Amino acid sequence: MGPDEYLFLMAGLKWTVVLAAIGFVCGGLAGLGVALARTSGLRWLETVTAGYIGVFQGTPLLMQLFVVYYGLALIGLRLDAWIAVSIGLTLHASAYLGEIWRGSIEAVPKGQTEAAKALSLNYRSRMRDVVLPQAFRISLPATIGFLVQLIKGTSLAAIVGFTELTRAGNMISNQIFQPLLVFGIVGILYFLMCCPLTLLGAHLERKFARAAR
Amino acid sequence: MNYTLDFTPVIEGLPNLLLACLGTFLLALCGMVLAVVIGIGGVLLRDSRFKAGRWLVIAFVELIRNTPFLVQIFFIYFALPLAGIRLDPTPTAILALGINGGAYAIEIIRGGVQSISKGQMEAGLALGLHKAQVFRFIILKPALRAIFPSLTSQFVLLTLSTSIASAISAYELTSVSQRIESESFRSFEVYFTVTLFYLVISWLMMRIFAFFSARYFNYPVK
Repeated sequence: MGPDEYLFLMAGLKWTVVLAAIGFVCGGLAGLGVALARTSGLRWLETVTAGYIGVFQGTPLLMQLFVVYYGLALIGLRLDAWIAVSIGLTLHASAYLGEIWRGSIEAVPKGQTEAAKALSLNYRSRMRDVVLPQAFRISLPATIGFLVQLIKGTSLAAIVGFTELTRAGNMISNQIFQPLLVFGIVGILYFLMCCPLTLLGAHLERKFARAAR
Repeated sequence: MNYTLDFTPVIEGLPNLLLACLGTFLLALCGMVLAVVIGIGGVLLRDSRFKAGRWLVIAFVELIRNTPFLVQIFFIYFALPLAGIRLDPTPTAILALGINGGAYAIEIIRGGVQSISKGQMEAGLALGLHKAQVFRFIILKPALRAIFPSLTSQFVLLTLSTSIASAISAYELTSVSQRIESESFRSFEVYFTVTLFYLVISWLMMRIFAFFSARYFNYPVK
């Protein structure tokens, strides 16, 4: 492993971070919509979103990336690989985050919604000012847990053919024939990204559990 | 947009795809068994008196949980031959799935064991049960019951992650579909159909776990 190889890995690492960030931010926005639709009280809307979540939680992320990647090409959209992968990750994240946040919204005590209604707050204000801030706090450990899962999930972009950290490692290992060294370093890089988040999530979970007592 | 969907290659490959579904199922099943074995062993070592063993388990769990399965499977795939072990891709994939699932199983099972109050174990010992019997009947079974839901969702995730084993061309659904895709270039049709197959597989997995839950853990607690 010379300096060139390290630079190549860093370029891959940059793409891993970019993919995870896009997936998390866009998936988060869409996921909020999914969570609100899932708790809207409208029967048909809840059924549709439940199906949406079920499909994404019942199929491998790799297949989702494949279907999005080739499906977009099919409808005539010639997109760069990173955009297609970002769209796939966004859809994936929206379903998982939607489900996590649905649970958090439902975990907010019912009295809160009732009190807000008694104060004649409309739906928008009820959600924005009363329910969602509390749900956000409840959801934080699970949300961070999913972010870790998403960062690890970006590695599947390598199979689709996009050069992020894992594929960069694969290419280098094919060149210098030291797979253990290269994948060891790649693994450590993922670990350095994910472990602080995992620890943060565990810390918040303990803190909230103590506060709830 | 003048593309017409053509499912002919999928229909022609159907026998192979269905057989590969079985491959995925078996791969997942073997992975789960190994994961449970590693999980129970890990918990015993984690809560044992050997300090080194405890730290080893903690390091193992964190290392596995914070790195992608794809990197793990590559690492194991290349590490085994260097260690002098020659394994086909499919057994290698089972090993990787078991190791990955085992790390999560340790955390889940440990949570279950901790949910059993100490008084229960003491009561078991006071009744003259052997230590192994206390573990099996008083700790393991109620703990399994408590963790069954999270174990189920973890194992559905494990089933879905078998698709990543295609990276080392283990015999399962994704690698077979990739072969059909590369021969026919009907990418969307193949992957769309296979996605539906996965949906059925994970649904079946959940049904099976629900069946076991109703069969073995359907006794009153209080």
